[in-house]
Amino acid sequence: MAEYRLMKGNEVIAEAAIRFGCDGYFGYPITPQSEIMETLMLRKPWEETGMVVLQAESEVAAINMVYGGAACGKKVLTSSSSPGISLKQEGITYIAGAELPCVIVNVVRGGPGLGTIQPAQSDYFQAVKGGGHGDYRLIVLAPASVQEMNDFVGLGFDLAFKYRNPVMILSDGVIGQMMEKVQLGDFKPRWTDAEIIKMHGSWATTGKTPDRKHNIITSLELDSYRQEKFNHKLTAKYKTISENEVRFEEISCEDAEYLFIAYGSSSRICQKAIELARAKGIKVGLLRPITLFPYPTKKIQSMLSKLKGILAVEMSAGQMVEDVRLAVEGKVPVEHFGRFGGVIPTPNEVVQALEEQIIKRK
Amino acid sequence: MAEINEIIKPENLVYAKSKVLTDNVMSYCPGCTHGVVHKLIAEVIEEMDIQEKTIGVCPVGCSVLAYNFLDIDWQQAAHGRAPAVATAVARLKPEKIVFAYQGDGDLASIGTAEIIHACNRGENMVVIFINNGIYGMTGGQMAPTTLEGMPTSTSPYGRDIKMTGHPLRITELIAQLPGTNFVTRQAAHTPASVRKCKKAIRKAFDNVAAKKGTSFIEVVSTCSSGWKLSPVKSNEWMVEHMFPFYKLGDLKDE
Repeated sequence: MAEYRLMKGNEVIAEAAIRFGCDGYFGYPITPQSEIMETLMLRKPWEETGMVVLQAESEVAAINMVYGGAACGKKVLTSSSSPGISLKQEGITYIAGAELPCVIVNVVRGGPGLGTIQPAQSDYFQAVKGGGHGDYRLIVLAPASVQEMNDFVGLGFDLAFKYRNPVMILSDGVIGQMMEKVQLGDFKPRWTDAEIIKMHGSWATTGKTPDRKHNIITSLELDSYRQEKFNHKLTAKYKTISENEVRFEEISCEDAEYLFIAYGSSSRICQKAIELARAKGIKVGLLRPITLFPYPTKKIQSMLSKLKGILAVEMSAGQMVEDVRLAVEGKVPVEHFGRFGGVIPTPNEVVQALEEQIIKRK
Repeated sequence: MAEINEIIKPENLVYAKSKVLTDNVMSYCPGCTHGVVHKLIAEVIEEMDIQEKTIGVCPVGCSVLAYNFLDIDWQQAAHGRAPAVATAVARLKPEKIVFAYQGDGDLASIGTAEIIHACNRGENMVVIFINNGIYGMTGGQMAPTTLEGMPTSTSPYGRDIKMTGHPLRITELIAQLPGTNFVTRQAAHTPASVRKCKKAIRKAFDNVAAKKGTSFIEVVSTCSSGWKLSPVKSNEWMVEHMFPFYKLGDLKDE
């Protein structure tokens, strides 16, 4: 029996984690995502599934707790918002360097600095291009609905363990705070210790038994040639991810002469903008990247022959648009439209930007 | 040859390397305290028969490579973060015995928040704190624990407390926290002190096995390379200068 509820995006992250058999959540309060830990504390999953929930002393501690839990082969989760995610970057690069699986939720607010508590999409570079030091990538999922906030927790853990790589759910203050109908997942039991040893005993710190060498979780390599070899291994992994895990959605693209490219809440605004534009006779569609790394580069390239122009719509001063331009390679005009600093664009503004920046472009 | 073979018999064995120590050659300098403390931890793990149950968390610093020397599962933590990493292990693997191993720069400077809060929560873990008053791995810079007037590469004229503050007796702070049940300061420079130190480590591991919360052992240590003294002179300098400020003994035993 499918179970439906009306829930906030943030609340559903907590519910989905419990239902997906998550072993631990470690977090620190920050607006606009505090409902995630609040919901967990109210739900008391430690009584239900044994899931550990701990309010850490800092974002830095929280992400390092994630490191410790992930290194045991456990499904561990943390969440924060932009300034807090900046604090977590040290831990995130260690997690990537030690090839550990985990899910990190960023409910993005405007920046830089302390910025605003209102929604933004200005952490794209940080999430997709690095954030911490060194050559690494996160798998980045961009939910556009409360339903996807639910679904991407499970998908995130699946991908994290499949590739032993941190996954970021790059949400924003709109998706985190809004309420929508959501179909909740079925309860999955947490992995038993025996299951963890069977699946992850080759690398996880499950306790050294006589039948195997001791497992060491580290990102340290003092020999530069071995470090380079490891970097090649990571690069190959990211290539495999790029080939196999690209996800996107197309809306009204069949006859489209113009294209919006937008993710997360911007894509919701673009859907309304499509209605308004098509009422004016403008044939515009939407490509919504669901994975931001890997990016749907090839998909964009396959659409170019039919397109007269692309408008990248994002609540930032222009970040994802760079990946659009890398894909398009100058073959059709690409422009960026954004409101930012916590301001959400209206559908009319988006249509106006399409007309002025792309259609009437000289 | 024949004579030696006569002597190598089980009944003549008076000392053997712990099976929990690997055969890897230690990367520590001659006279360094790390090697002794590693050996003591290995012996305690072997005596308690907890090799399968023990998870170690090592720091950034000279002992970042501790995972090469003890044959147990290890996690290597970011600088100062070992108590946070070990917190998750203790919470998610309560059947295990987890210990964090940290130096003074790691624990008492960059990781101050993590150690204070882990101890305050009373995480069920052992903390081994090697305090030699200097950053060894990076080449002998001033640590929070560097004594007043002590020369280092970043306090070449001696630590000026007006400029850099006072040496931090963090173990005294830790002992104030209700989450800790056993807080002690030891040394490992003489056979007697090594035996006492081992007793303390054993007690700490027993406490964690009994789920008593955090047990914290500071080992006042030397750094011959950083101090630019011979191993023997380092021990003498430690007795003369470190011990008066970092007084040995139990600060708390509940």
